[in-house]
Amino acid sequence: MSKIRVLVGTKKGAFILTSDGKRKEWKVSGPHFAGWEIYHVKGSPADPNRIYASQTSGWFGQIIQRSDDGGKTWNTPGSSPAELKSPEGMPKGESNKFVYAGEVGTHKWYDGTQHPWEFKRVWHIEPSLTDPDTAYAGVEDAAIFKTVDGGKTWQELSGLRKAKGNLWQPGAGGMAVHTILLDPKNEKRIYVAISAGGCFRTDDGGKTWKPITKGLKSLYELPDPDAEVGHCVHRIAMHPLRPDVLFMQKHWDVLRSDNAGEQWREVSGNLPTDFGFPIDVHAHEPETIFVVPIKSDSEHFPPDGKLRVYRSKTGGNEWEPLTKGLPQRDCYVNVLRDAMAVDSLEQCGVYFGTTGGQVYVSADGGGSWNPAVRDLPAVLSVEVQTLR
Amino acid sequence: MIRVVLPFHLRNLARVDGEVQLEIEGPVTLRAVLDALEARYPTLRGTIREHGTLKRRPFVRFFACKEDWSHEPPEAQLPDAIAKGEEPLLVVGAMAGG
Repeated sequence: MSKIRVLVGTKKGAFILTSDGKRKEWKVSGPHFAGWEIYHVKGSPADPNRIYASQTSGWFGQIIQRSDDGGKTWNTPGSSPAELKSPEGMPKGESNKFVYAGEVGTHKWYDGTQHPWEFKRVWHIEPSLTDPDTAYAGVEDAAIFKTVDGGKTWQELSGLRKAKGNLWQPGAGGMAVHTILLDPKNEKRIYVAISAGGCFRTDDGGKTWKPITKGLKSLYELPDPDAEVGHCVHRIAMHPLRPDVLFMQKHWDVLRSDNAGEQWREVSGNLPTDFGFPIDVHAHEPETIFVVPIKSDSEHFPPDGKLRVYRSKTGGNEWEPLTKGLPQRDCYVNVLRDAMAVDSLEQCGVYFGTTGGQVYVSADGGGSWNPAVRDLPAVLSVEVQTLR
Repeated sequence: MIRVVLPFHLRNLARVDGEVQLEIEGPVTLRAVLDALEARYPTLRGTIREHGTLKRRPFVRFFACKEDWSHEPPEAQLPDAIAKGEEPLLVVGAMAGG
């Protein structure tokens, strides 16, 4: 019997929701790391019991947590004193050490001057598709790090910041690598998206990166709407069987690329508003995609107080609202960029979390929705593991 | 024996209950206490002082004998009452305000 495990990161801890394949009754475990901001929790595709979590605090900084038993117990990787002794006998304690490689360098600051990169937190952890000990971390200020020892140490793939990083300028929400997509057919190819930075691709495992933004237009956000970098990309998504096709929710506009990001075209079509944060792809239908339209960048809540997921079965342009089971009045929550995911059961499940603390589940591809839990702290991220 | 009181979140992280007790050889400075603390509990590295620079994180405070030692140099010797274990060194998360 299949089992579903939903990993939820919130403003005040992590929660793990479990259910059987029917996805009707949910057991809630947590809060794990109570009181800390949990930006992201994600399991390894190569070993579902290996889960990584980004635990962060304005007071005490960044912590990386790891579970090797499906979330029952957690540890900070390599933090036992015996493991951490350097040749001089001092502890190294590097599991939460994110230090930019080489010359730190600068990026564009709010006042137009250049400002040194400063590490703030890990927004997103993307475990390798094949090795449980390898994972990538997208961080603020925008950079990507890699571990090959299960999170004990992290090294920056600094080529990303050489892709015109001096021109990236943070928006009010910070400047972070928030999306990392690994190409299942080409282990050397990785995509990242950066708020107020743009979208980038490497074809050599992270040594060199290039902006992939042709076709993006940011009329009200950038002085040059067609600039190569600086676009506020909110999220990108792919179907694993068709990794050259990418879907993007930009600050404004929903777009797609059919050639690995070389060229984008808008597919917002009949959406009531094309502003939003998450975008995801159906597990079995590569042309079926989901977004959650948000009224505007000034209001950050659903239009008309109605929480509606929009689904396109044609890869964009033609969209239908999905409302059954979702509040259709007086609803003013937001759905953040990392807070939507799908499972891979035969009847694809779709999941999203809100800033109001609800985690909604659809066991029928978006046709109807139910809250798995409804009073958590504000949800920052949702990931799903399909356990067979 | 030096006594250190950690804030709630760092006690949880280090998996300790109550006060931490540390043996320190030589002068009892803030740096010596934090070095000993991090040697005993490596998971605390980077949470009180930043990696590399070893600067106090902005929203962490050090209180000793009812005085704020947050802005004292790390080599300064802590009060005798701390060195003798009569009083604990408090590591505190600064007030959030609001």
